[in-house]
Amino acid sequence: MKHPMIRTFINPLIGENPITLQVLGVCSALAVTKTLSTALIMSAAVVCVLTLANVSISLIRNQMPKNVRLIIQITIISSLVIVADQVLKAYAYGMSKQLSVFVGLIVSNCIILGRAESFAMKNPVRLSLMDGLGNGLGYTWILVVVGGVRELLGTGKLLGTTVLRTGADGGWFEPAALMLLPPSAFFIIGLLIWVIRTLKPGQAETEEFQARFPVERKGKR
Amino acid sequence: MPDIDNRRPGWWTRFLEMPNDRPAKTLILTLTVAFMGAVLVTASAVLLRPLQIANKELDRSLHIEDLLRKLPRGGAGIVIEPRVVDLATGEYVPGIDASRFDQRQAAMEPTESVEVPAGTDIANLSRRARKAVVYVGSRYGKAELVILPVRGQGYGSMMYGYMGLAADANTVIGLSFYEHTETPGLGALIDTADWKAQWQGKLVSDGAVIRIGVGRGRIEPGSNEAAYQVDALTGATWTGAGVNNLLHYWLGPDGFGPYLAKFRERGR
Repeated sequence: MKHPMIRTFINPLIGENPITLQVLGVCSALAVTKTLSTALIMSAAVVCVLTLANVSISLIRNQMPKNVRLIIQITIISSLVIVADQVLKAYAYGMSKQLSVFVGLIVSNCIILGRAESFAMKNPVRLSLMDGLGNGLGYTWILVVVGGVRELLGTGKLLGTTVLRTGADGGWFEPAALMLLPPSAFFIIGLLIWVIRTLKPGQAETEEFQARFPVERKGKR
Repeated sequence: MPDIDNRRPGWWTRFLEMPNDRPAKTLILTLTVAFMGAVLVTASAVLLRPLQIANKELDRSLHIEDLLRKLPRGGAGIVIEPRVVDLATGEYVPGIDASRFDQRQAAMEPTESVEVPAGTDIANLSRRARKAVVYVGSRYGKAELVILPVRGQGYGSMMYGYMGLAADANTVIGLSFYEHTETPGLGALIDTADWKAQWQGKLVSDGAVIRIGVGRGRIEPGSNEAAYQVDALTGATWTGAGVNNLLHYWLGPDGFGPYLAKFRERGR
């Protein structure tokens, strides 16, 4: 049996990945993954906010008044998000212009409030720290894969450096314009979920209800 | 005498031991969290502001350099000089350090600005400065480019940008916005390279009326508008209208009209 600290950290990477298993935080995964660099910066911001929010909420978890706990959690999270936004504007101005409102929208990223409510409220500080890091990195690797695939297939570049020479520059590669549009992120995340659930069948959801009058397929009888 | 047992616990312990749902505790905890959040946010905003302002300034000067690069041969050999212009007369104002002149500040000072009458205020400015800083790019004393600061109401807020015109004061070198809050993915496409590139070579007026602007839908090459208009941005009607309004205001008689006429005449 692995140490609980390590287990808390490893679990959200694939086994309980916030994007592929819980399908949370997909909004930002669509919006900021057009290039690898925006995906990386966005992930860094989310990891910082998620970890710090988990730690500070876990610190006061035993004193938390039950009826206003969500308000207190959101206050903490939004303060951290504003700080992250200010830091980006000061040290990565071009990036913060590209990410625009999506940094501010980290507040409404379900992963962060979800971890605060379901983990940090019930677990000690050190475990909450590991949970924050683990979920943050689980989010990161999905965004990096999606951002990398989209930038590579959409423009032939990675982090702005040419990897596949496009036909327009005298190479052979024909960029797929679809990859630059948000729906392509859906397709890639969908494929990732398919691969992960094929490897780990336990993740597939059970059917929630049965149709009362099942439609019989034509030609089946 | 053993006195340890009946000592009252300290206020901190008593606070911690209070039931969490007691209103007093709820209030204290909420206020404390809110206060600490406020301190954190304020500190970061105040401490990082100098860096952010420096970034904005750098970004603004990059937009000017970008316009310069659109000239033939990448604008090699062209010297850019900021100059203060009196908008009403169109003359350069001597004796003011253009690099220190703050046009935005001036637009807010009662003595340095004028009210834009409602009838002509198509760009929703309400007040504008009497003077403006233009950037004249010249090679061997001959002007080849003039960059005008333009602004106007968009969908989100005021959009600030630069318009570069060639020496004839009628051919567009480029238009770029350095500050705006248009909707990402829709109106914010005004600062993407593809859309900006369309402006290059467009004409401001046909000699009589100002015809430049954002068209309706796609502008077919060879159509009547092709020389003056760029493609509309899908889903950003307000932004497009805002761009049109600000161009018509600033290139018209109430904006840089008098200056541009004189610039064309004297060739600098």
